[in-house]
Amino acid sequence: MSWARQNLFSGWGNTLTTVLIGFVLVWALVPFLDWAVFSADWVGSKRVDCNTGGACWVYVIQRFDQFMYGFYPEAERWRVDVGAVLLMIALMLFFLPRVTGRLALVFLLLALPVGWILLTGQGLGLPAVETRLWGGMMLTVVLTVAGLALAFPVAILLALGRRSSLPVVRISCTAFIELWRGVPLITVLFMASVMLPLFLPDGASVDKLLRALIGVSLFAGAYLAEVIRGGLQAIPRGQYEAAAALGLGYWKTMIYVILPQALRHVIPGLINTVIALFKDTTLVLIIGMFDFLGIIQASLNDQEWLGLAAEGYVFAALVYWSICFGLSRLSINVEQRSGVYRG
Amino acid sequence: MAEPVIKVEQVHKWFGSHQALAGIDLSVMAGERIVVCGPSGSGKSTLVRCMNGLETMNAGKITVNQIDLAGGSAAVEQVRKSVGMVFQQFNLFPHLTVEENLCLAPTRSLGLSQANAQERARKYLERVHIPEQAGKFPLQLSGGQQQRVAIARALCMEPQIMLFDEPTSALDPEMIKEVLDVIAELAADGMTMVCVTHEMGLARAMADRIVFLDEGQIVEEAPPSEFFKAPKSDRTKQFLSRILQH
Repeated sequence: MSWARQNLFSGWGNTLTTVLIGFVLVWALVPFLDWAVFSADWVGSKRVDCNTGGACWVYVIQRFDQFMYGFYPEAERWRVDVGAVLLMIALMLFFLPRVTGRLALVFLLLALPVGWILLTGQGLGLPAVETRLWGGMMLTVVLTVAGLALAFPVAILLALGRRSSLPVVRISCTAFIELWRGVPLITVLFMASVMLPLFLPDGASVDKLLRALIGVSLFAGAYLAEVIRGGLQAIPRGQYEAAAALGLGYWKTMIYVILPQALRHVIPGLINTVIALFKDTTLVLIIGMFDFLGIIQASLNDQEWLGLAAEGYVFAALVYWSICFGLSRLSINVEQRSGVYRG
Repeated sequence: MAEPVIKVEQVHKWFGSHQALAGIDLSVMAGERIVVCGPSGSGKSTLVRCMNGLETMNAGKITVNQIDLAGGSAAVEQVRKSVGMVFQQFNLFPHLTVEENLCLAPTRSLGLSQANAQERARKYLERVHIPEQAGKFPLQLSGGQQQRVAIARALCMEPQIMLFDEPTSALDPEMIKEVLDVIAELAADGMTMVCVTHEMGLARAMADRIVFLDEGQIVEEAPPSEFFKAPKSDRTKQFLSRILQH
């Protein structure tokens, strides 16, 4: 009570503002909550089960598997689950206080190729699942995670290259970054899916997902490179000199002294780019791939479930928000852990 | 007569239009302790930074253990493995613990095993009197402790020569002594060293020779007894009267 008096009603101006905001909240939230929760339909299996006038969550529940797995064959979906669990464990490791960041990183680096092999089924004797069947949240996550895994090393090399003292290296890295940053992701994806095959020799074909992945990762790489370069610029010259005076060469200096510090400085910027990329991957819709949002949108046209756009989009927004919020929490956690050395 | 371990011949260095070094000749013999002093901007830091290739010179020649520093990056790296350096601003690696700071270069640059490097780290931390700080991060230590860690880090490479670039200039007055004591102990153990400093007490106590620089040139070069009691040049007298007044 006293908190409310101090913070919300401490003068007639504040009181007025509080009342006004309260009114707007009630005006907007009450009908929404009523629609989304209180008079929503949760049980059933058909369109006709939605008859209360609220949100028809039956549709989302019925389609949930498709939203998650796309057209991945039902019998093989356990592979996606295993991959998801691997990824979860990898991310969880960064949270556990007993596990060092290095160990978590090694696990993540091992989990990535294992996950890829598991999903494609190549080399394990599992039935191969073509990438055109991939879709839903699984495709969104694959595009983001694999895109980043490829983008990150590229970004580090570009960032270092842009600060190189060798003019050829510096100019080509700068040109590369500016080229990719100056082009919208949609254009990149179009190029990857339509133009790239034209340049390949007859008969040679690259998987569509792989092409999109290469496009996405070079695009993300250019952005990440600039974020990382910002971190490199924050490292004082004395650090380079100290490493040099100890007889460490360029690469050893970078790997053991400069990059570990620079990357820690730019964790917020890195997570920012990751979140942006996670949401941007939805653009693969325009080259005929059905990511999480794409597959929801496609299902809105289903004759059986017409008129449920609001439910679909609200669900999509909720899922995107939860994941992005989780990522930002992850970033705060990583930042705090690596902040120990600041004394 | 033995060859000098560091031989500086007619070294010139410009920063833009400013000439930092104007024809320096200097030889350092094994086991010799040289103190370089002079007013700010006289080129003394530049001179020691040229000795391990942190600055490149515009003309002249520097050889360290008969290795010419102009011989490309391999030669420079070779020299740096036998020349330790201590900076004014410590320049410890803040993301590594004290022990990791000490072990990094011996393992990555000299190829020592982790166990051997840790043994060395313990040994030299004891030598600078802070073995109990091994697990801390640099920024958790006082300035004096950080500088002593920096000295230990350089010693972990077991260098033949130590360069000090104003090692006490960034320290609080009450921490200067602990660092000076460590440097004096090293000098007493016979380490070859070149030390840029304003600490005339240190110069008097440990130097075999004092080199006085002004405007990029060596004005006077003499053992401390001579340097302080009977300086030859007027510039030296003027400098000494200013810094020894209080």
